[in-house]
Amino acid sequence: MKIAIVQFPGSNCDHDCKHAIGQILGAKVQYVWHRSDKLTGFDAVVIPGGFSYGDYLRPGSIARFSPVMKEVARFVTKGGVVLGICNGFQILTEAGILPGALMRNKSLKFVCKDTWLKVGTTECFLTSDVEMGKVLRIPIAHMEGRYIVDDYTLEQLNNENRVIFRYCDKKGGIAEDANPNGSIENIAGIISEGRNVVGMMPHPERVCEESLGGTDGVLLLTSMLEATKIY
Amino acid sequence: MMKANITVTLKQGVLDTQGQAVKNALDSLEGSGVVSNVRIGKFIELDMNESDKKKAQVILERMCKKLLANPVIEDYHIEIDKIE
Repeated sequence: MKIAIVQFPGSNCDHDCKHAIGQILGAKVQYVWHRSDKLTGFDAVVIPGGFSYGDYLRPGSIARFSPVMKEVARFVTKGGVVLGICNGFQILTEAGILPGALMRNKSLKFVCKDTWLKVGTTECFLTSDVEMGKVLRIPIAHMEGRYIVDDYTLEQLNNENRVIFRYCDKKGGIAEDANPNGSIENIAGIISEGRNVVGMMPHPERVCEESLGGTDGVLLLTSMLEATKIY
Repeated sequence: MMKANITVTLKQGVLDTQGQAVKNALDSLEGSGVVSNVRIGKFIELDMNESDKKKAQVILERMCKKLLANPVIEDYHIEIDKIE
């Protein structure tokens, strides 16, 4: 099993992802440079966080035109598993692979802190090994994380169980107080129609070791590794 | 040669946090009640090697839809001037 980690100029969570998935979880990991037009031989693709192209124009808007994104789109069409974290989520929405958009935080501040996330569905490669409704502690670090989407698509996301995480309080209550960026309905992550693509603002790769303050990220990344064996 | 001026603005109904912060600052500067609303957008100036205005319009529409604006949250307005 081999996982691709896509690198754009300005990606800065690529090494964290490689450390978490490669060193801690022991999967084979390989960086793929954004100019690459080959994405063969991989079981899953991770688009890591960072500031691709300096967030010029809009976060993710320029990265989506990198040659590798055509391959990512093809990979998705074939049912391949793709996880976009933070800037990776922004890139996937800009590319039209996931619906909606991520806008400037309601507070206008860069928010870097632990958040509580309620698992909204386990019918997904990222949460298949996690208990439904479980509350995870995973940090966010972003300026543009306010998820917005039109009413029609929002209804679709809800009806089709495609909201994978919502920001919540420690006990799992979904309240405005627990919403760090003003996202619609506290949405922190969503699943594609084919259920093989996830975009999320929080960083699971940052909580994979007790020494770094938590291991909830392991639950998710292990699910991904287990699920991609089946795919 | 064509010069295109493109204005990208947030769609009506989309919360403009920057606009709101600037409005608050303007309220401090001028006193509240002077400004009722602020919307912040982007202005993009493009020089094009295209002499046909209609063709330029088609190209610009495509550029706006695919890159310069995000149709999920933004509207755009294109103005084209011919440069001699």
